[in-house]
Amino acid sequence: MSWQSSIFESLKAADVRQVAYVPDAGHSETIRAAQADPEVHDTVLTTEEEGVALVSGAWLGGQRAALLMQSSGVGNCVNMFSLLESGRFPFLTLVTMRGEYAEFNPWQEPMGRATQQALELMGIHVLRVSHPDEMGEVVSAAAFAAFEAGDRVAVLISQSLIGRKQWVKP
Amino acid sequence: MMTEQTREGLDRRRFIKDLVESIPDALIVTGLGSPSYDVFAAGDRPGNFYLWGAMGGSVSMGLGLALARPDKPVVVVTGDGEMLMGIGSLGTVGVKLPPNLSIVVLDNGHYGETGMQRSHASLGTDLVAVAKGFGIAESFTVEDHAGSSEIADRINAREGTCFAQVFISAKESPRALPARDGVYIKNRFRDALGLSPI
Repeated sequence: MSWQSSIFESLKAADVRQVAYVPDAGHSETIRAAQADPEVHDTVLTTEEEGVALVSGAWLGGQRAALLMQSSGVGNCVNMFSLLESGRFPFLTLVTMRGEYAEFNPWQEPMGRATQQALELMGIHVLRVSHPDEMGEVVSAAAFAAFEAGDRVAVLISQSLIGRKQWVKP
Repeated sequence: MMTEQTREGLDRRRFIKDLVESIPDALIVTGLGSPSYDVFAAGDRPGNFYLWGAMGGSVSMGLGLALARPDKPVVVVTGDGEMLMGIGSLGTVGVKLPPNLSIVVLDNGHYGETGMQRSHASLGTDLVAVAKGFGIAESFTVEDHAGSSEIADRINAREGTCFAQVFISAKESPRALPARDGVYIKNRFRDALGLSPI
């Protein structure tokens, strides 16, 4: 199984019923799978911070939810992360990294380099996946900690996994 | 230069009390500041989730809740300033349009918590036009107290997302402060739905 399909498989196994996202190429397969699954609500956001509040609302109503975003989106969320600690809401986010490996666009670097620290400053436990074989297990472990222990967990998906973005068409 | 607002505006406490009493089954998420105080003053209940922060997040929180609980009416009660900070969330709601979600914006055209500075809502922004532009067709203004029963009927029917902009007076109300402990409010809310703590 590809690492892309193991993400959605692990989310399903953890009974995640809502997937909120700001699109990213690295999440495209998970987004397509969520859209195709009648048991999962997929919600496209205008900005990532909406997703922090949305997944907390889902938990209030008894559903497990996950937020998919790119590393730049972590910066958009910082104050909204207060909601997670203030209400001790479970939180699971999967973050595709930019600005760290074979990056073409220098504008991605400032937030990409600060992503892990920004999450940790706001009390979120950070796991990282750099090898395709680990993906299913790490996403499953993150979901378990979030929904069983009430932890706030981010899984960072290394840019080296996602591959080089092609900027010039061959 | 700013022109003065001439609209008198409704008594927010009376309006919210009438509304909340007419929607006994509804789950309510309140935006920080006066809307939290108004809903609490109307009678505390476990199906209320009061935000004291997370500005801009009330509508998104209501959306996640409404998708999770299609069997319940879900109402977001917030102010114009909090709505403006999360204005994109109306676009997110406009995509999903859960039939059990209603958004009530108490609009006094000002930021009440910070010294009554004027907000965009009294400086040119038309919130109903924005909501309609984002795809929430059932968006309307309310300028009289009878409007609370019209909103209540829509909330209880759960037949379509609606957005109500209620013009309220900028006059300050007596303080009525709900609990600030978000963990307590969350667990109480979930318990009322039969959901246990982790």
